[in-house]
This record gives sequence, C-alpha cells and structure tokens, in this order.
Amino acid sequence: MSAITRPPSDSRLRRSPDIGQAPVGSDAEIRLAEIWESLPGWKGWLSTVDHKVIGLRYIVTAFVFLLIGGMEALIMRLQLAGPNLTLLTPEQYNQLFTMHGVTMIFLYALPILSGFSNYLWPLMLGSRDMTFPRLNALSYWIFLFAGIFMYASFPLGQAPNAGWFNYVPYSGPIYNTGPNIDVFALGMVLLGVSTTVGSVNFVVTLFKMRAPGMTINRVPILVWGTLTASVANLLVIPSVSLAFFLLWLDRQVGTHFFDVANGGKPLLWQHLFWIFGHPWVYAIVLPAMGIVSDALPTFCRRPLVGYAWVALATMATMLVGFEVWIHHMFATGLPAVALSIFGAASFVISIPSAVAVFAWIATIWLGTPVFKTPFLFFAGFVILFVIGGLSGVMTAAVPLDWQLNETYFIVAHLHYVLLGINVFPVVGGIYYWFPKFTGRMMDEKIGKWSFWVMFIGFNAGFFPMHLAGLLGMPRRIYTYSSRMGWDTVNLITSIGSFVFAIGVLIFLVNVAVSLRRGTRAGSNPWDAATLEWSVPSPPPAYNFAVIPHIASRHPLWEDRLNEGEGTGQSSLEKGYLLMEGRETIGTSPIDATPEIILKMPGDSATPFFVGLFLSLAFAGMLLHWWSFTGLMILSCIIALMVWMWPEKALAQRSPTDSSREAHV
Amino acid sequence: MGQSLSVLRPAAALALALPSPVNAAQAAEAPLNYFMRSYGPASEPTMYLGWVLAGLSVIIMLIISLLLIVALLRNRPSMDMRMIGPESGGLRWIYIGTGISTFILFGLVIYSLLVLDAVAKPPSTPAITVTVTGYDWWWRIEYEHDDPEQTVTTANELHIPVGEPVLIRLKSADVIHAFWVPTLAGKTQMIPGLINQQWIQADSPGIYAGQCAQFCGAGHARMSLEVVAESAEDFERWRNAQRRPVSSPFRPGSTGEFGQRLFMDRCGGCHAVRGTDAAGRHAPDLTHLNSRRWLAAGLLLNTPEDLMNWIVNAQRLKPGSRMPSIALSETEKSALSTYLSTLD
Repeated sequence: MSAITRPPSDSRLRRSPDIGQAPVGSDAEIRLAEIWESLPGWKGWLSTVDHKVIGLRYIVTAFVFLLIGGMEALIMRLQLAGPNLTLLTPEQYNQLFTMHGVTMIFLYALPILSGFSNYLWPLMLGSRDMTFPRLNALSYWIFLFAGIFMYASFPLGQAPNAGWFNYVPYSGPIYNTGPNIDVFALGMVLLGVSTTVGSVNFVVTLFKMRAPGMTINRVPILVWGTLTASVANLLVIPSVSLAFFLLWLDRQVGTHFFDVANGGKPLLWQHLFWIFGHPWVYAIVLPAMGIVSDALPTFCRRPLVGYAWVALATMATMLVGFEVWIHHMFATGLPAVALSIFGAASFVISIPSAVAVFAWIATIWLGTPVFKTPFLFFAGFVILFVIGGLSGVMTAAVPLDWQLNETYFIVAHLHYVLLGINVFPVVGGIYYWFPKFTGRMMDEKIGKWSFWVMFIGFNAGFFPMHLAGLLGMPRRIYTYSSRMGWDTVNLITSIGSFVFAIGVLIFLVNVAVSLRRGTRAGSNPWDAATLEWSVPSPPPAYNFAVIPHIASRHPLWEDRLNEGEGTGQSSLEKGYLLMEGRETIGTSPIDATPEIILKMPGDSATPFFVGLFLSLAFAGMLLHWWSFTGLMILSCIIALMVWMWPEKALAQRSPTDSSREAHV
Repeated sequence: MGQSLSVLRPAAALALALPSPVNAAQAAEAPLNYFMRSYGPASEPTMYLGWVLAGLSVIIMLIISLLLIVALLRNRPSMDMRMIGPESGGLRWIYIGTGISTFILFGLVIYSLLVLDAVAKPPSTPAITVTVTGYDWWWRIEYEHDDPEQTVTTANELHIPVGEPVLIRLKSADVIHAFWVPTLAGKTQMIPGLINQQWIQADSPGIYAGQCAQFCGAGHARMSLEVVAESAEDFERWRNAQRRPVSSPFRPGSTGEFGQRLFMDRCGGCHAVRGTDAAGRHAPDLTHLNSRRWLAAGLLLNTPEDLMNWIVNAQRLKPGSRMPSIALSETEKSALSTYLSTLD
C-alpha cells in the first residue's frame, strides 16, 4: 500500500522492517503470541510488564480504594446524620475524614485514570506497549505498596489525622506526636515516585510510540488529557514530595522548616502543598474529561465537535491551573492585590471548561444519541460538570470565598467536581471498555438501574451540602449542635449518600454478573471509531499483529466519513511485521513518521523487587531501623542493576557502527 | 428580651447585662447563615455578591440543562445507526457559548474586585483594636491598653460597640485557627508566627455567632465564640466592669475561702483571676467568668450546674482539651462552686 512508508534508511540501524499481514492463526501471528505472552503461573503474574495487565491492576486496585474510602464516608455520614451523635469520637472522626480524603484523592482518583490510560494508550496509539514497560510495572507496584503503607497504621488507631492537606503546625512534631503523620509523609514521598515514573512513561510514549501516520492532531482526547496531567505531575510532584519530606525531617531529625519557635513558616507548607494541589485537581479530571470526549461521540454517531478546541482547552486549563493555587489560601491574610490576581485567574480557568461543555452538548445535539448505559453516565456527567464548575466560579470571587471557604459549600463543590467529573466518567468508561477488557458486554438493564440510582443518590446527597455551607456549617467538624439549624440538610445528605452507595453496589453486581454471563462482545461492539476497537476483545498480548498505518482521526469510521480529518485510508490489516523479539515502531513526535524499530524489554520481576525494597526502605525509616533501611536501599540498587543489565538482543544499532561513533 | 434568648439564657440576671433590642441574628434558625443575613458593612457587599453569583449560577444551570435535555430528546429523522454524521459543523456552539461565558466571567471579575475593595478595608480608621488569640480550643480576647492595669482580658465573648469598625488582630498560640463571624465578615486564618488582621462592624446591637473555621484538631467542632454588639455606653460600662480585679475577701474558715484555696491550688496554674495569686495564661481568664454566656467556647451554657459538670467531666465533654477532668469530693465541689459564683 502506498500509504506505508519505510523508515528513512539509517546506516547505523540494523535493519528495516518488513511489510506484510499477519491474520489470526497465521504462523506469524502464532509466533507473535509466543513472543509477547507472559509465562503462566505466579512467575508470569509477578513479572509481567504487559500494559493491559498493569492497567487492569491499576483499575481494580484503585476501585478497591474507592470502596474503602466510600465506606469511610458512609460511617462519617452516620455520625453526621443528626446533631450531637456519638458513634465516633472526635479523634476517630478526624482519622476517618483524613483517610477518606487521602484515599480518594491519592489512591483512587489519579491511579484509576492511570489504569485507563495504561490499558488504552498503546491500543489507541497503535503500539504494542508503553515506552518503558518495566517502569510501568514499577509504577504500579509502588502505588500498591504506598497504598498499603498509608493504611498500615489504620488498624492500630493511629491513621493520619490532620486532613489530606495536612497543615503544619498541627501535623508537626509538637501537636501530633504519634506515628500518624510520619506514615502519611513517607507514604506520600513513596507514592510520588510511582506517579513520577508513570508520568515520564506517558509523556515519552505519546511522543515516540504512536503508529505511523497518527499525527499529533489525530490522537484521542484522552491522550491529550493524560499527557497534560502527566506533564503537570512532573512539574508539581516535586513540590509536594519535598514538603512531606521536609515535614518528616522536622518530625524525626529535628529540622525547623515549619517550626514557628525557630523561625519556620507554616505558610510555606500551604504554598508547597497547593502549588502541587491545584494542578493535581486538574490532573485528576482532565483524563476523565478525555474519556467522555472520546466515548460520547460513539453514542452520538458522529465525531466530537471541535476536536482542536477541546484539545487546546485541555492544555489551557492546565496552563492556567498553575496560577490558581492561592485560591486555597484566600483567607491566610495575603495582600489584596495578590488575591485579586489569583481570583481573576480562577475565573479565567472556567473559559476552557466552557469550551468543553459546549463541545459535548453540540456533539449530542448534532448527533443521534443512542441511550446505552455508558452514554447515560456521560450525559449525566455534563450536568454534574456544570454544577461543579459554577460553584467553582462562586469560590473564585475572593470576598465570597472568605465566607464559602472551609464550609460545606466547598465540600459540595469538590464532590461535584471529583465524583461528577471523575467517578461518573470512570464508571461510564468501565461500562464502555468492559467488552474490550473482558470480551463480554455488561448488562444493560442493571446498568441503567445503576446509573439512575447513582445519579439520584449523588444529587440528593451532595446538593444539600451547598445549603449546609451557605447556612455556615464548617468542614471537618465531627458533630454539631441542633441550635445551628443544620439538622435537616445533614439528614438528607446522609440518606442520599447511602442511596448513592446502593447505586455503586448495583454497578458491582453488574460487573460480577457480566464477567460470568455477559454476552460475548466482538472487537467493536459499539461501532466506535478509535483504534482500540480494531483489535479482538480482549486484545492479544501483542496488541497489533502488524503495526497499523493511520491516515485519519477516526480510523474505523473512514468508510463512512468523507471530509475533514476523517478522510484518508488507514491500513490496519497490513503494516510492519515485527517479530524478532518484542518489537514495536518508534515514530517522530509531531508527524509520527517511522524512525526506528524499538526493541522492547521482556518480562521481569525486577520492578516488583525494586518497588518492594524501596517500600521496605521507607518502612525502615518509619520504624527508625536505619541499618535495615540501608540494607533495603542496597538491595534496591542491586535489583536495579539486574533490571538495567544490557542485553545483546535489545541492541538497535550494529556494534561496529556504535563503536565507531564512540570514537568520534 | 426575645423568645429565643429566653430559651438560650435561663439565667435572667445575666440577661440584664445584654442589650435589649433583639435582632434577627438571635432569632435566626441558623446563626451562622451568612448567605441570607448580614449585619454590617464588612459582610453586606459580599452577601449581595453571593446572591448575584448564586442566582446567575442557577440560571446558567437551568439553561444548560434545558439545552442538554433538548439535545437528548429532540426529534430526529430515523436514521441508519451505521451512518456517521460529518465531523465539521457545530463550532458555532463553542464560539457563541464560550463567547457569552467569557463576557459574563469578565463582568464577574470586575464586580468581585469591586466588592473586594469595599470589604478589604474599613471606611474609617477603627478606634478600637482587639487582639484575638486562638488556642486549642478557645479564644483569648484582649483589649490592650498602654497601662497594663487597664488591659481587659476575657475569653470566647467579644464585645464591640455598635456602628463603628473594630480592628481585630489575629494570633495563634498553637496551631492554625480561623476567626469567622459570618454575619459580620468573612474568615481570616490565625497563623502562628504571624499577626493577621481583619475588621468587623455590627450595625445593630445583638449577639453574633462565630466559629473556628480552620481544622485544628479534636476539639475543632467545639470552638465557637460570640460577638456581643452594644451601644457605646453599654460597651464602656462593660469594659470598665471587666477591668475591675476581684475583691472578695472571704471570712477565714468559710466555704468561700476553702473554695478560693482550692482554686489557687488546682486551677490557678493555668487560669488567671486578676487580684489573686492565680495568674496562669494557658487557659481562659476567669476574673469575670459569670459575665459570660457560655462555657468552654460555646459548649455549655454558663450555669452553676454545667460549670461543675465541665470541671468534673471536661475530658468527656471535650476530648483532648487542655482542661483535665478534675476529681472533686462533694465538699470540694460545693466550696469551689461557691467561690466561682463570686467571679462576676
């Protein structure tokens, strides 16, 4: 096919790829499966670097954390259902709300999206894996260990108790003497490692691993969302990791970064935390918005309206998102001029959101909606997005925020944003990609029930929180007196939250039932446009038998679209045959012209061990077992050396050439 | 005296010390409801801003919902589901929708900055400055004076003259708290190592509820305060009364004298009663304990029964607070009670 171009001949490269076909059952396909499949049994389980397995592990683990965090919330809602209840002591309540926040924000919201992106990116981009498969495995293992780490002190009644924002000096050594905060601080530094290596992987994968022809303006919006989030993470995770590390030093080594008596500054913590915290808020919604932007059009039977605008809006949101952190600190006594600037930026940030909202509505309006369960979640999401966005605009007004800040109005706002913009797209996304994940469809009837119960329960639970906030109810109080006038709204909220929980339960039942009895799905059950639907469900270990050549934004709709970015004829059956070991194609960052055959590393248990030893080193720091910590760091280094040990089979250039190059 | 006050304040003698006109803040069902109620220029422009923003939000929300519902349900010619609509088109939605949104947002930026300008600084220089210091979990309130003898120290009950701005200097003795009397002004954090300030003004006499608005530990939910706004004369009278040290010589061997000795031994290390040996600064100044409406930062009404309940059960009522539960025999209770009843 003429669309397929050979990589430019580079004398130093060992070979140029062959072009051909590898239909299912052919010798080539069987050989590919042998090359890419992991070993059966626990060895393969421990050492697999398959992005699909890692992605699903991320999704399942993060969902378990969602359920744990949800149960914590339900216990709190029982305590707050009426005035002066004594189900929980103040200390228990404080640990619960802290762990609820930590769990939902750090252990659920981003990891679940990393799960989707890990699973979907190579399939959407036409690649056989992420750029750094072993790093990908490491990222998952550390996430899992960090989650367990942060929960380690929970059964002892010593869980973190200073809120997910963990303000000093309350979280400092004087006012918080137990291990609670040390667990949180070290756990956050550990989790930061996971997020950082995961983000590096996403950024490099986008720029190097797209199928030939998939120019930068043809990637799905989810990719834009995760890319933006990853770049932001790389810029801001250092800030929060540093903050928590300094806090740990203050607590255990006796430094004075935040120690007021010795010239430390509590406000420094707030800056370091929110410089990270606000961009992070966007990092945990932009990929979810991407899920909607990609999946909604499938059910509207037309492409997304304004692809370029939505992609640009995604990045604009993040750019402005770096300049709004002070809106968490309006009440700290900073000068009014500074507040005005950050307040104005906080208004401005809703402009790109408006772009996305109108793009979604226009897509529905101009399309032909098909009312399947995923579509209900995406359409419902639009309303929740708008409510969360509008309440966000209210808090951007500095003087009004002096009232709203730290009240239940903020609790309402952030739950509309995080549940509305994260959980609803995620659940919709699971309904949508479940056939790809498992080869089976989810049940439509139970699905519709789960949507309506979740949607009604959510609004019944969280909308009254706005009113509680306007009635002056502060956040993070373990109880309230009935003379405050908050009894009714709290009771409704508690009832609504349980209805919402029932909706989630129905969803879980649906997953369990459909895993066993769901109808078999073909490769493209929704008749969707993007590349992941061109491979069997579930996809084979090697993803693509041949590396496809992409000629449009909607490779699977090309036969029915004849204008705009839909034109062109992608080649999905015929492409590069790469089967001399694990191989895929590396392409140029913007135009995705093929450049190099990438030799991918094989399965390895070293990421597991690096993650394990690193986590144990942190555990040693927590317990002050210094020599154990040293031993674990040493083991970590050894495991890294095994991981990185050069393999002849992975060489891309001929030895003579590279040695010549080295002499130049 | 208003109906709600009679509910809140069983002790009629205390009621006499309060301003007589009752306003809505006291009758309000939700005393912290800043959205519908404002009683001074530091919060009123913000309340209107809240109405405009909330109203606009509801309208926009309804419009968008309507657009979405019509988009979902409008009649369409029946179509082959295999057909895919063209990618172009629809951009006008983005241009118009985003254009209108941008226009509204810029208007709101300007409006909110004008409100910020109006409430950030008082219209005239405040004549009175009060220093409020946050403690786990109560508020020290000091009216400083060049002559330390004239300085007034009290706790959890902030008196201000009506109709004039009062400057509040905000400090913290331990962790971060936030001073918030919502019907009078927005909140400001009290950050250790820093002195923040804000101003409040009440335009009508009354009692305005306040609450710590920054999570500060186990007792955060139980850290409220009250602002009592009264006429200039009443305020002066109150302040002069508060300046007075106690002078209650007890007959040696009397119950009161025993109670006083108990207090000096057991309480005076943390609490101060001016005019006696008790000079602690870790806990509320109790010189004029009985002039205050509440105990333990709004936890209990200040009645002799609840006062004793608090002394004996402090850790149960407010877990983690610095106030220990103090074991007392019946004789000691009654002696201490007698002594404390003289602190007015």
